Amino acid sequence: MTEAPPQGRAGQRPLVSIRKLSKKFSNGTLALRDVDLDLFPGEFVSLLGPSGCGKSTLLRIISDLSQPSAGTIEWPGADRADAYGKAEHSLGFVFQEPTLMPWAQTLDNVTLPLRLRRMATSEANARAEAMLALVGLKGFEKAYPRELSGGMKMRVSIARALVTEPKVLLMDEPFAALDEITRHKLNDDLLAVWERNRFTAVFVTHSVFESVYLSQRIVVMAARPGRVMSELQVDAPFPRDNLFRTSAEYAHLCRLGSEALKAAIEA
Amino acid sequence: MSEPNPASARGTDQDATPVFAVEERILGIPKSRWPGIIAPLVMGAIFLGLWEGIVRYRGIPAYILPGPMEILKTLGTDWPTLSGALWVTLRITFAALIAAVSVGVSLAILFTQSKWLERSLLPYAVILQVTPVVAIAPLIIIWVGDVNLSLLICAWLVAFFPILSNTILGLNSADHNLVALFQLYGANRWQTMRYLRLPASLPYFLGGLKISGGLALIGAVVAEFVAGTGGSASGLAYRILESGYQLKIPRMFAALLMISVSGIAIFLATSYISHRLLHRWHESAVRRES
Ligand SMILES: Nc1ncnc2c1ncn2[C@@H]1O[C@H](COP(=O)(O)OP(=O)(O)O)[C@@H](O)[C@H]1O
Ligand SMILES: [Mg+2]
Repeated sequence: MTEAPPQGRAGQRPLVSIRKLSKKFSNGTLALRDVDLDLFPGEFVSLLGPSGCGKSTLLRIISDLSQPSAGTIEWPGADRADAYGKAEHSLGFVFQEPTLMPWAQTLDNVTLPLRLRRMATSEANARAEAMLALVGLKGFEKAYPRELSGGMKMRVSIARALVTEPKVLLMDEPFAALDEITRHKLNDDLLAVWERNRFTAVFVTHSVFESVYLSQRIVVMAARPGRVMSELQVDAPFPRDNLFRTSAEYAHLCRLGSEALKAAIEA
Repeated sequence: MSEPNPASARGTDQDATPVFAVEERILGIPKSRWPGIIAPLVMGAIFLGLWEGIVRYRGIPAYILPGPMEILKTLGTDWPTLSGALWVTLRITFAALIAAVSVGVSLAILFTQSKWLERSLLPYAVILQVTPVVAIAPLIIIWVGDVNLSLLICAWLVAFFPILSNTILGLNSADHNLVALFQLYGANRWQTMRYLRLPASLPYFLGGLKISGGLALIGAVVAEFVAGTGGSASGLAYRILESGYQLKIPRMFAALLMISVSGIAIFLATSYISHRLLHRWHESAVRRES
């Protein structure tokens, strides 16, 4: 039934391999304990868990913005590290807030990662324009962030994360602040872009419905200390649409997800 | 069945009245803003009229209190001397402001690059700021020798701190997630400064500039009062002192008027610059329809 690449299948080399990873902050908070997680090329994974279970911390560690206190994180399936062993550009990051530069027009916000790489302006602009068209923002190149709605700002943020054509796109509750209609629309558009470009998507959310709708695999986490509790496969085929959202299969998976989340909260 | 709403009965969006009707403008200024402009003008006119009336009615001599007309007349007759003095004062003011901007911004950038430097130097900047300029002006004049340069240094001393402290605040106020994003993309210090910290600090810097513009003028005037030296190259403050000794009170008022008008002009100019640079993106400068 699955036409998407299967996950965790024996023999497939993971893109990112996390082993026994722990993170203790200097104030004593154990944000993560013994996390084992593999991310496979091109898969869509959701991290689902209550607030404070270390989802953001895990994303920050994957993106090298924070260092683990113990354990390892390796990139066996990617030539991710450059000559200095430093990770660059193969990652895109979308925060909960759009995090745009208010003084820059949409196009300049999207070209930022390319300009930081010193790409020629004409090429950077061309790529950014193409990416903006892909997220449905053609014609808004000259708009300032304050002139855009919340959903549009999020689209700009996603375009900026994807403009470098990263292997991995990390998203930290990107749609949590949006209204439901906008969120559904962005869910659909995100899936469309993912199906087209097939990056590895790691999507943090505390919404069971959102995680089931989007992902092929849901990693359920628990708090205090932050850890992986269980995993849920979502084998429904892509493209997914409203038909899937109203299907019995979806309802069933949401129930399973809710139970797993409930168990994680009570653990 | 209920009656259809007359507004929606017509159909298309184009037919609907806009929710925010475009406000009528007079001389390019929205109608609702006019009271705020007219009220102080009327108030000022009444005040000047009373002043002139009382001076004439009571026959107050001009060496005690000249009327507004007398002051205006003196401004005209003494214009050659006064305009020269105005030019001297303004030159010192602008030189001081330019020096304040360059030193203030450079120091702020340096401080954000090195916490150690900030810790060791910022306290001295604060000491310079809190010491009254009248108290150190005589010392500076003795040490430096050249009067114009001394005045410039005094005006600079008064003007540079708001720019320094505001710019430091601005450079450090860049969104944390944006800082993380720059780090993620391997931006170097220069790129982070150029594309993130400097633009983020702009509103704060401009706020400092507005304050410093006025302070530079005050510094230039106060220091010249202390220096008190005359000659062809003297500014408005010396003209005020001189007029006081010679009991040419109308001229004193005329010089005072020139200082006030200069101060207002500097404030308007810095406000305008600030508005031009921020109005597309910063909340403080965005005009919202409510
Ligand atoms: N910089 C930090 N210093 C200290 N504690 C932190 C820091 N960042 C996060 N934490 C703590 O680590 C835990 C996990 O945080 P986080 O990763 O933000 O959780 P989530 O994103 O799942 O809500 C929380 O208890 C939080 O208070
Ligand atoms: Mg979080």
